[in-house]
This record gives sequence, C-alpha cells and structure tokens, in this order.
Amino acid sequence: MVDAIIIPLIKIVIVFVSVLVAVMYIVLLERKVQAWVQVRLGPMRVGPHGILQPIADALKLFVKEDITPAKADRWIFSLAPILVLVPALIAFAVVPFDADITLFGLTIPGYIADVNVGLLYIVSVASIGIYGIILGGWSSNSKYPLLASLRSSAQLISYEVAVTMTLVTVIMLAGSLSMVGIVTAQREMGWWFAFAQPVAFFIYFVGGLAETNRAPFDLPEAEQELVGGFHTEYSGMRFAFFFLAEYANMIVISAVATTLFFGGWLSPFPNVGWLGFLAWVPGWVWFTAKTFAFLYVFLWVRATLPRYRYDQLMRLGWKWLIPLAILNIVVTGVLKVLV
Amino acid sequence: MSVETMQTQSPRPMFDTDELVINMGPQHPSTHGVLRLILRLDGEKVVDADVVIGYLHRGIEKLSENRDWTQIVLLTDRMDYVAAVTNNLGYVETVEKLYSLEVPRRAQYIRTILAELQRIASHLVWLGTHAMDIGAVTVFLFCLRERELVLDLFEEYCGARLTYNAMRVGGQPFDLPPGWDQKVLRFCTLQEQKLPEYQQLLTSNRIWLNRTRDVGVIPGCDAVAIGLCGPALRASGVVRDVRKDEPYAAYGEFEFDIPIGTRGDTYDRYLVRLEEFRQSIRIIRQAVAGLPEGPVMGKVPRLLKPPAGETYHAVEAPKGELGFFIVSDGRSVTPYRLRVRPPSFCNLQALPRLVRGHLVADVVAIIGTIDIVLGEVDR
Amino acid sequence: MAETVAFYILAALILIFALFVITAKSTVYSVLFLVMDFLLVAALYILLHAQFLAVIQVLVYAGGIVVLYLFVVMLVNLKRPPEAHSDPRRLGRFGLVMALAVLAEIVAIAAYGWMTPAAETGALSASNVEQVGRALYTDYLIPFEVASMLLLVAMIGAIVLAKREL
Repeated sequence: MVDAIIIPLIKIVIVFVSVLVAVMYIVLLERKVQAWVQVRLGPMRVGPHGILQPIADALKLFVKEDITPAKADRWIFSLAPILVLVPALIAFAVVPFDADITLFGLTIPGYIADVNVGLLYIVSVASIGIYGIILGGWSSNSKYPLLASLRSSAQLISYEVAVTMTLVTVIMLAGSLSMVGIVTAQREMGWWFAFAQPVAFFIYFVGGLAETNRAPFDLPEAEQELVGGFHTEYSGMRFAFFFLAEYANMIVISAVATTLFFGGWLSPFPNVGWLGFLAWVPGWVWFTAKTFAFLYVFLWVRATLPRYRYDQLMRLGWKWLIPLAILNIVVTGVLKVLV
Repeated sequence: MSVETMQTQSPRPMFDTDELVINMGPQHPSTHGVLRLILRLDGEKVVDADVVIGYLHRGIEKLSENRDWTQIVLLTDRMDYVAAVTNNLGYVETVEKLYSLEVPRRAQYIRTILAELQRIASHLVWLGTHAMDIGAVTVFLFCLRERELVLDLFEEYCGARLTYNAMRVGGQPFDLPPGWDQKVLRFCTLQEQKLPEYQQLLTSNRIWLNRTRDVGVIPGCDAVAIGLCGPALRASGVVRDVRKDEPYAAYGEFEFDIPIGTRGDTYDRYLVRLEEFRQSIRIIRQAVAGLPEGPVMGKVPRLLKPPAGETYHAVEAPKGELGFFIVSDGRSVTPYRLRVRPPSFCNLQALPRLVRGHLVADVVAIIGTIDIVLGEVDR
Repeated sequence: MAETVAFYILAALILIFALFVITAKSTVYSVLFLVMDFLLVAALYILLHAQFLAVIQVLVYAGGIVVLYLFVVMLVNLKRPPEAHSDPRRLGRFGLVMALAVLAEIVAIAAYGWMTPAAETGALSASNVEQVGRALYTDYLIPFEVASMLLLVAMIGAIVLAKREL
C-alpha cells in the first residue's frame, strides 16, 4: 500500500511542485540572463533583485480577465492550453532524478515510473503537445495565430524526426529504452554518451531548441513577424498555461538531455581519485545542476542569435539534421558490429 | 473558419488555392510605426503587398504655410524624429539659399558635426530595430546604449533629446558648450570600439547571412527608376550622395568615402550603413579638428521675409536625400508653399517590389532594411 | 477481473468516440474524437502488456498522422464539397459497398478467432521491444521490407505530386 500508492503520490506532488516552481524561476532567470547579456539589470523591484517577480507575475495572470474572442471556437479554445500543458508535465513521470534512496528502511526509487519504453513514452507524449498549439491557433479564428500554429506544428513534426533519430543511436549504445537503464548503461560504460555520441548530442540539442520553439527557432512566436504567435488571442490564466508549457518543455528537453547524454544523476569523474568527494553530493543535486546548465544555454542562445526564417529552418531540419542523424545511426551501427 | 479569402486565377484549375489576405499593421510590432501593409499571401509567400500610409499625417507642409520662417524649424523636428537635426539642416539651408544668406564657417562646421552625430544616432536606431526584427534582441539594446550617448551630447548642446530645434536660419543659435568637442571625440572613439561588437554578433553570423543575403534584391537601374535614395540606393551600387555631389554645410572641406554595395540586397544595405558609421566618425573628427573660430550666427534680419522666388535644396539625411522645395511670395512672413521630399516616403515605394515573392518573415526584414520613419512618410 | 472491466470500459468508450467521429458536425471535432480513439486504443494495448505498441500508436497515429489530417481539415475549405459528392445516390452506393466490406472483415476476423485457439499472451510481457524487433526481422522480414518499399514509393510519389517543377 505504502509502496504502491502513497510514495508515488508523494513523489508526484514533489515533482509537480518543483517543476512548476522551476518554471516560474526560469522565467525570472531568463529575464535576468538576458539582462546581463544586454548590460541591463532585469527585474529589480519585486523583492531583492526581483526574486519575487515570478510570484507577482503569476498573481497578475491569475487576476487578469480571461477573454474568449467572440468568434472563437469556445470548446477548443479552452481545451488547447490544457492540451499543451499536460503533456509537458506528464513527461516527467519517467525522468529519473536520482538513484534509489533508502529512507526509514524503505527503498524509494528516484523516479516516478520506470517504463521499459520510457524514452519512447517521452517522445510520444511530446508529440501530443502539438495538438494544443495547432488547435490554439485555429480556434482563435484569427489569421496571425493560424499562421503561427501552422508554422509551429510543421516545425515540431520535422524536428521530432531528427530528434527521434538521435535517440535511436543512444538506444543502440545503451541497449535499453528505459531512462534508468540508459543512465545505468552510462555508468557501466564509464563515460557519458555526450562524449561517445557528440553528433547525436548536437542534433538532439538543436532539435530540442526547435521543438521548444526557442531562439533561434522561435518562429511560431516571433513577435516581430506574427505579433505573438499562436497564443496571441489568449489572456490571463490560459495564456499562462501556454507560457508554463513552453518552459516546462524546456525543462523536459534539458532533463532528457541530462539523462541521455550527461549521465543523469551520476556524479562526474568517478574514476579520478581526488575528486571522489563529488560522489557524496546527492544525485538529484547533480541532476538539477546539469539540467540548469542546459537551461542556461537555452537562454544564452536566445540572447545571442537572430532568428531563422521558416524555409531555412525547414531546410536545416530536413536537409542537414535528418541526414546527419541517419548517417550517425549507420556509423554507430557499423562501429557496434566491428568493435 | 471565416478567413477572408480571395479567389485568384489559379494556373492549375485542379486545385483551388485561396490567397490569405492579412493586415500587417498599423498596430504591428515591426512596421516601425503606423505603417499598414495589406499582404496577399500564398501560404507564407507574399504575392502582393499594398502599402497604406497616412496614419501619422499631421499636415506639416500645410501647417508651414501658417507659421513664420523660424517656427517651421520646430515643425521639421517632427518629421523624421530619429534624425531631427538633419531635417532642421535641410530646412534652414533651403531658406538660406532662397535668401542668399551667408552662414559663418563655424556654424557650418557645427552643423556638420551635428548632422553626422545624428546620422550615427539614426543608424543606431536602424541597426537596433532591424536586428531585433530578425530576432537579435541584444543588438538592439547595445545600439540604444550608444545612441543614448549621442542624445546626451545633443542635450548638452541644445537642451533637447529628440526634437532638437537646433538650427536657425542664418546660423546656429548657440555656440558649442565648453569641452563639448572633446566629448564628441571621446564618443567617436567609443563608437569605433563598439562597432566590432555589433559586427561580431551579426556580420559573419550564419543565421544573419541567411536572413539578409539575397533578400529584397534591387538592381541599381531599378533602384534609380523607383526613386530609392540614401544607403538603400548606394547598396545597389549607385554612387549618389548629396554630401559629395552637391556639397552643403562644410562637407566640401572634408575627406570621406561613399561606401557602395554590389548586390543590392539586405545584407549589402547593412554593410553600407555600417561603413557609414565609420565615415561619419571620420567626418566628425576632421570637423572637430578644423573647427574655425568666429561667430555662429550670421547677419539675419529680425523678421525673416525672403524675396519672392522658389528653390529646392537637398541634404543627405541618414535615410537618403531629404529635399525641401520652398516658394516665397516675398510679401508675407510665411512660406507660400513648402514641400518636402522625404527619403522614407520615396524609399517606401520600393517596398511592394522588394517583398514580392518573399516570405512573411522577410517582410519585416525588408521593412527594417529600407529604414523608414513614419513621421516622415506621412508628415 | 479488473482488467476485464477496464477492457469493456475502454471498448465502450472507443465505440462511443468512433460514433462521435462520424456524427460530429465540424470536421475538426471529428478529427479530435479520432485522436481520442487512438489514445484509447493505446490504452488497450497497455492492458495487453504491449507497451511498445501503445507508445508507437500514440507517437505515430495520434502524434503524427492525425496532425496531418488536422492540417488538411483546417486548411481546406470544406464548406463547398466537390461536385461528385452532390449526387446522393452515389454516396449511398459507395457507403453500401464500404459497409459490406467492413462486415465481411468482421465476420472473417470473428471466424478466424473462433476456429484457431487463442495465442499465448504471457510471453509478450517480458521485453516486448525486443520481441517485436525479432519478429519483424525474422518471421515477417518480407512483409516488413515490402511495407517499407511501399512507404518509400508513397513518399516519393507525394513529393513528385507536390513539387512538379522540381
């Protein structure tokens, strides 16, 4: 009873809350990082150094009027933000945050669920998120959101192909589809897959930027072109859902990158003697640190690069990343047979 | 879906394709003001674009017929508000030409320095907004940071930061504040150091190249036919710069180059303007070094009343050739007719041609590259 | 027991949503109900311990193919049906043929299931990714390759149709 229901429930609550809090603070972090890059201060007014800014933002979005455009399709208009947010959150179900922890004599696994097709689960859940974007744009019954949602879904579908292909190489190395299995495989191999598969990691990261609609692939919400993207007509809490989903997806991508390519909860340099003390740091700390390092790169890239054009983005995806990913699979396969 | 559709003669009657008509502006984040474009799209490709202007029309030309000759300087500030000094310069020089007034050399030099500082400020706004339209937000903030310094210089000279009203018919209202010339030189050095910073972010950036190379190409002959002017014309390879061709103020006394492009695309226009930063700095340095002593205001009657006649005079504004055509009847204290040839307006004519066949995302890049200010387009 | 109950609930929901798919007024709603159906079928697969199949069902059908349906439905003007559809008798005849075909299929499946003994399901649960892979590349190699050729041909055909001036 305790094992089967209560502990998972507690874990779900912990993960859910920490993801939401992380999302709120990534928004602040994004503003701060951008500000530092751009020689500004960023939010400074709410709390010391703007530390309470996310709470103020959330409060603002809560009390804002929730407007449904007169000609919108009411049902789908309300459904779309949920369809975006829910997949982003349930993807965390299979992310391993830590090795097994022993607490009060109970062995608690560091994940909510270890499905034997965990990696595919994340990919498939992410593919459901597209619906929210398409439907959000369509149901607003407005031209700019429609254009944006078309762009967005085309982008997601094409980059999903490349990303999934890179995952295949990871699976080939690990010999497992389970997220825990992949981390274990990295421990046994002795090096993280990012070093064994640099090309795959590169494609995965670029694809991840594109899938989360982040700069330089932030076309769907290019405010300079399409005003606000597919959520132009949304306001208040529903807009907040889209917003939360975008950042939650960023965390998912970073967490998966950590798990697949950077050894998940494993501490670095286990083989270097005098760095042995690193192993004493709890696994979830390493996991969080690595994930945030990726998130930081997301923000950094955004502050640096201009935006791709739609056709160029498609060309990059289809003509470069996908062939590269396929080639990578072939090379990995050949090496695996030979070595 | 009640999307407004427009039936066209499709070459293949087998499929019906609808064109999507979207309104870009007048409230749109990257139409640089209240420009409205009616875009007809085939997918994301622009089939045609209609430019609708006039949302910022304040009737400056007509207002001028009811203001006396000095008051009009203030109206010209409101045209191209990111380069107000150049407007002042164009206007006062036209009146001086009409009047055949002699302007003291020191005033000429000051005017040149101000105009070139203004060119830098205006190009900074252009570069920032253009880069931001293409998604490079950081460049925007870097540019505005430097523009701030120019504005500080202007503030010290004339007290205003946007609409300067910094010139008078017959000379300059104020002499330079003490130490101002040194500050200008210091700014020049700083600006020169900052230029590589922008270039690092953009010039050889793959994405920037992808977004600007071969986008909005216009060959020289077409550019001339359409009436493009300023950097947009020079990027197409046409050597035309009023500062060189018909020198005004003190430009005849300085050495500077006119950067020209070869391809006439957005990237060339970017490179040309970047080079103009350097040339402006070069001019300012020469002007500060050779600043003559003497009065800044010439002999001007208390009540301006130019003799009857008409004249046209153009200056090279940051955005292109800014011309004033003024008719005076010689009797009243106001112009009989004042007509402006605004560079933004003329350059805007090229927009439909430039965007045709490109994607929506290119439209914003092209609006950015022709560098318009709606205050000047609509007047 | 619980699995049986779950199966019947899921099956009932699948049928209900399938009905919605064909009765919904708006095509977009129709497509959405179809997505629901696919997701519920994925749930059925999970009940059968075929997680791999379930995930692939979601990934390929719900996440890929139906998205494309949605594109088409959103972009094509469905207010004005093609002329061929205006003939009600033609529709009726077509519908009859389709109904008969489906009926024949159901009868065939039922008969087959009735005649052959139930396959073992327990063996599937171990690591079904491996099993699926093994089955595909040994027993079903030829169908698998034929299917992939077919998909390739379809893909090239689609590209040729869409980009005539290639």
